[in-house]
Amino acid sequence: MNIIVCVKQVLDPEIPPAKFKIDPETKQVVPPPGVPPVISVYDERALEAACRLKDKNKGKITAISIGSEKAADVIKHAIAMGADDGFVLSDPAFEDQDSFGTAYVLSKAVQKIGAHDLILCGRQAADWGAGQVGSILAEMLGIPVVTLACDIEATEASVKVKRIVSDGFEVVEAPMPSLVTVSSEIGLPRLPAGMRLMMARKKVVPVWKADDIGAEASYLGKTNAHAEVTGLTVPMRKTECEIISGSPGDAALALASKLANLI
Amino acid sequence: MDNYKGVLICGEIAGGQLAPITIELLGVGRKLADDLGEELSVLLMGGSTAGLGQEAIAYGADNVFVAEDGLLNDYNSDAYTQVVASFCKKALPSVMLFGHTDMGCDLSPRLNGRLGGALAMECSALSIDPATKFLAATRPVFGGNAYATMVSKSARPQMATVRAKTVPPAERNDSRQGKVIPVEDKLDPSAIKVKVVDRIKEEVTGVKLEDAEVVIAGGRGLGNAQEFAKLRELADILGGAVGATRVACDEGWAPATLQVGQSGKVVSPKLYIAVGLSGAMAHIAGCLGAKCIVAINKDSEANIFNVAHFGIVGDWKEVLPSLTAKFKEMKAG
Repeated sequence: MNIIVCVKQVLDPEIPPAKFKIDPETKQVVPPPGVPPVISVYDERALEAACRLKDKNKGKITAISIGSEKAADVIKHAIAMGADDGFVLSDPAFEDQDSFGTAYVLSKAVQKIGAHDLILCGRQAADWGAGQVGSILAEMLGIPVVTLACDIEATEASVKVKRIVSDGFEVVEAPMPSLVTVSSEIGLPRLPAGMRLMMARKKVVPVWKADDIGAEASYLGKTNAHAEVTGLTVPMRKTECEIISGSPGDAALALASKLANLI
Repeated sequence: MDNYKGVLICGEIAGGQLAPITIELLGVGRKLADDLGEELSVLLMGGSTAGLGQEAIAYGADNVFVAEDGLLNDYNSDAYTQVVASFCKKALPSVMLFGHTDMGCDLSPRLNGRLGGALAMECSALSIDPATKFLAATRPVFGGNAYATMVSKSARPQMATVRAKTVPPAERNDSRQGKVIPVEDKLDPSAIKVKVVDRIKEEVTGVKLEDAEVVIAGGRGLGNAQEFAKLRELADILGGAVGATRVACDEGWAPATLQVGQSGKVVSPKLYIAVGLSGAMAHIAGCLGAKCIVAINKDSEANIFNVAHFGIVGDWKEVLPSLTAKFKEMKAG
């Protein structure tokens, strides 16, 4: 089976909040110096899901990512995990797009890649987290979408997806091709190792521009976004932390009595 | 764009009643509709919606559109998307509100794709700009470390999802008048490609993390699975749940279902005790709703002290036993 996985490179969410800075004028986040961007956590789980399907059913995994040319790093990560091929979609025309622009570019890339049984996306991005690219992409391609998967099984012509709902799980069946968005409950991504890591490092990741995928300018960029960001703020958190001093034992006792009304 | 009018709530039915989230949306929706000077409508879907139309009117709706079909008994993505999309193409709502629920999270992005609107999810504030009459929707981004306000000048409908208990519920007033209108379009069953084949209720032993009033969370500083397990004793004494950072889950010290944070659970207990965790951006995104955060960490510079109300700078191994013993004594006495 052929699987396409959409992945995004994001600011590392595991940084201390002190390093998180925004520019209120441009309404953009200022990347902290010296902190390399990472693959968005849910997208990494989508790749893991793809790898598990490939382990069982054979097939081919193609990873695609919209971003700067640096996004080649997440494609290499995908290849190290088990993807067979990958492309970066990079063009100044793609900058500051909203979910529609992003889904449109992905749809054109998917069409260029050709035959596929399954498209996997993370449930949302770890940065702006709009949570809609997968669904919009499926609508653009006219294929079914199943959201919030925590387990995916492929059969002959369909996929069986266990998805997260508030009081448990739902199991749904969808025909192929379908798009599935993956949640973190699918489990830990594999650690790339050995030969795959070496191979990925050497891989030259092709970059596709708007013309390469036949993307029309009228769908791209900030000017064609459906919504604009009119404000970006970091909430003020004025928490005075009362540090309880003393020996560990004494401090623990003092703390316990301060919390008496909360337990 | 000017032919798009009014506020439409995508209603939810739970146990034969209007779901609490729908009554909350009626509160915020009424305000938005009044600020627009337009009508507030609710779309209700289900096998039967008997009596619920009048309920929604009592809670502030001017119109209630009801789509009844056996295929709408339970939420099905394909069926609901079809019904709501074809309704919207005729009704042309300017603003659409959804709960940030199982249904809203699945349905709203798909509808947005189909209708070409603009959607802001998990909104914490919604208002109508008095000058432009555009919806301003504020939502958390970067795991709640920043808030972005989104405005759509031309794409319609302007859609938003709102998490449960974010806004106060509408007040009931049985003297309110309104119309209950059946949706005429019939559902086309051939367009239902995705089928629900099973529903499984999750078995939870002890207190569910999301519902717990006390959460004891551990991170990298715990060092290994044996040490991590010590948090359980304190959690049990306080009738609480154990939570973990992503690192602790990745290391295998705790199951992924206990992860608190951006890619895990969002908790809002009365008391959150953070043990041996530094408070990375992604983690605190999951616990900022706690009424009281307590930090126990060796590193006095750790970020967790910036969000904590009480802190002990020290080795958790020396603090936790005394704390556990004292709480045990307090609970017993």
